[in-house]
Amino acid sequence: MKMLMLGNEAVARGLYEAGCAFVSSYPGTPSTEITEAIAKYQEVYAEWAPNEKVAMEAAFGACLSGKRSFCGMKHVGLNVAADPLFTIAYTGVNAGMVIGVADDAGMHSSQNEQDSRHYARAAKIPMLEPADSAEALHFAKLAYELSEQFDTPVLLKMCTRISHSQSVVETGDRIEISKAYEKNPQKYIMMPGNAKRRHPFVEERTKKLAAWAEDCCINRLEEGNDHSIGIITSSTAYQYVKEVLGDTYPVLKLGMIWPMPEKKIRDFAASVDKLVVVEELDSFIEAHCKDLGLTVSGKEIFPCIDEFSQNLVAGKMNVEKETDGVALSEAIPARPPVMCAGCPHRGLFYTLAKNKITALGDIGCYTLGAVPPLGALDTTICMGASISGLHGFTKAQQGAMDGKAVAVIGDSTFMHSGITGLVNVAYNESNATVIIVDNSITGMTGHQQNPTTGYNLKGDPATKIDLETLCRAVGIRRVRVVDPYDLKETEDAIKEELAANEPSVIISRRPCALLKYVKHNKPVEINADKCVGCKMCMKIGCPAISMKDGKAQIDNTLCTGCNVCTQLCKIGAMKKGEEA
Amino acid sequence: MKTKNIMIVGVGGQGSLLASKLLGRLLLTKGYDIKVSEVHGMSQRGGSVVTYVRFGDKVYSPVIDKGEADYIVSFELLEAARWTEYLKNGGTIVTNTQQINPMPVITGAAQYPEQLVEKMQSANLNVEAIDALKLANEAGSAKAVNIVLMGHLSRHFDFDLSEWMDAIEKSVPAKFLELNKKAFLLGRDA
Repeated sequence: MKMLMLGNEAVARGLYEAGCAFVSSYPGTPSTEITEAIAKYQEVYAEWAPNEKVAMEAAFGACLSGKRSFCGMKHVGLNVAADPLFTIAYTGVNAGMVIGVADDAGMHSSQNEQDSRHYARAAKIPMLEPADSAEALHFAKLAYELSEQFDTPVLLKMCTRISHSQSVVETGDRIEISKAYEKNPQKYIMMPGNAKRRHPFVEERTKKLAAWAEDCCINRLEEGNDHSIGIITSSTAYQYVKEVLGDTYPVLKLGMIWPMPEKKIRDFAASVDKLVVVEELDSFIEAHCKDLGLTVSGKEIFPCIDEFSQNLVAGKMNVEKETDGVALSEAIPARPPVMCAGCPHRGLFYTLAKNKITALGDIGCYTLGAVPPLGALDTTICMGASISGLHGFTKAQQGAMDGKAVAVIGDSTFMHSGITGLVNVAYNESNATVIIVDNSITGMTGHQQNPTTGYNLKGDPATKIDLETLCRAVGIRRVRVVDPYDLKETEDAIKEELAANEPSVIISRRPCALLKYVKHNKPVEINADKCVGCKMCMKIGCPAISMKDGKAQIDNTLCTGCNVCTQLCKIGAMKKGEEA
Repeated sequence: MKTKNIMIVGVGGQGSLLASKLLGRLLLTKGYDIKVSEVHGMSQRGGSVVTYVRFGDKVYSPVIDKGEADYIVSFELLEAARWTEYLKNGGTIVTNTQQINPMPVITGAAQYPEQLVEKMQSANLNVEAIDALKLANEAGSAKAVNIVLMGHLSRHFDFDLSEWMDAIEKSVPAKFLELNKKAFLLGRDA
């Protein structure tokens, strides 16, 4: 059937049709919808794992048992899962195993712009790279065939513009695959003696895959009229090249990005006067061409920063194109993302900023606590770095920073990789105060369940990990819960825990205001006669409050009646939003 | 057929995903090649969002670049002004007149520009401005702003009204169907 599908949904459809039976992933933009979409197929077991390493190891276990498996993650998630990745590259698989990884050129929703293609080469496993939804579906299925034929996990590399673009796909039927599990210590126990024997297998496998790459249909030569230039490209860059140049120049479109077909590339280079590689982010195809001793242009023309577009390719390839629209001379104020009205994190960040507390932050919606007017965060690095960072920050200062700094981490991020940091705090005894902002959901990626929410990916009730018990179990004696809508309670708790002479955890608990089950109050009302325009209520950066003619005003369509602002109004000009 | 480009712009949370879904459904039934690019993740949190809808015989790039959009449909006035550079010569902007203050305006760091419709028109841009929020409320929900604007956009295409209605039926939950159909018609007549 012909359908319009997101790239991510098309991957899910391909997994389904290939008989994938087990999926374990951790959400991360732009990869999340692969796993959300596959969870809708009854034949497939699908779960959110606490982190990508766990997901990859679970998917390996499933393929070992004899079922085709998948794990999905964003580019930075693959860093977390890199440990198992490099060794399952040695063991290979039983039934097929596919690893989905989605890069984010342009950093629409990420903390760095890393190019995950390097992992394929470094871990010595094949990587397929679709350029639209139809290829995403096709390549997902093909990945399983390669995985089983060559005894290797296969990387399926997506990126924001492929993951989050809908295009037309043709769906097919599902097949069922099942393999018997047989004990095989030489293959699966990677102690040095065995691993030494597997490494030559891995090198040999790469050669065989490179030979396969020579003749496969997914490394495609598209003829052009003008052989003065030949272009090697893949993924989105291919689409921009075709959009701008059509069939002017011959194009070698790579669907398999690692290993690359040496002869095919050499023959292509020989058929054109000048070889140009068009690829987003790093020099990867280009670097390989240079390894082959070919003269090639790539990053001397095209940037290694940000995503491309048709106008960029046109400009760099000297193609005349009408690229100028009419820009208004008017200054248009920026519209950055903001914490939502009613966001439970707001009261906490206001309190931290007010008390000038150094706050090492983490990854999630609450990263938005860093932007003005709150400006409440000092760092954002990666999942879990707030707690481990705070430990080093306080420990190195030998008491000088005690009572002045906190870590801020979300519930899902804490489960992902905050726990081990907290163990270090307890074990190596830093006087750290850790604040877990528990909004009872994985927020930023669009409301995924996690081990603290009591529900699983399929929406069924699940074991709920109790954060208080967990924190106490790792050795933290001072654990308390506050409601961040209550500014006094929150401030008192922070001051007390910072003053205490031992590590502590404050759980700032309120469900995300966007959750369907969260009931909102009536909007706050402003008594314009009383309002003196002191702008105290503006300090929390709530999108529902603005100033008009020197008076505060409330946007009733946004206000949830959380009443954080009313606690700041000293002159009683704000009437609390009551229960609706 | 040469590829047609429609940009849907607005503020995260205004329902641009539903609008692009509706368009995608309709265009698929017409047999076009289609690409629809959406924004997920952090930008959805009240930031400026843009969705690209492209259709024709063969569509390559998933995005629309400066000077390429045949139509810009804006759910918010400032967002229409932000993206004018993407409009092709002779293209049309269909915009809601509703204003939503961005954080720099809320904090007083910037001013919301005045008379944007007039300023766009005096820059020789074709602008069709409607109060979509008022019409959406008339239809029964402020959230139907997206469908009101799709209704207005539909005047520029010679697809049958019944084809649009079919696409709406397939895109919205049954209990909101009548509301959305009404919103679409109000936008189409505005």
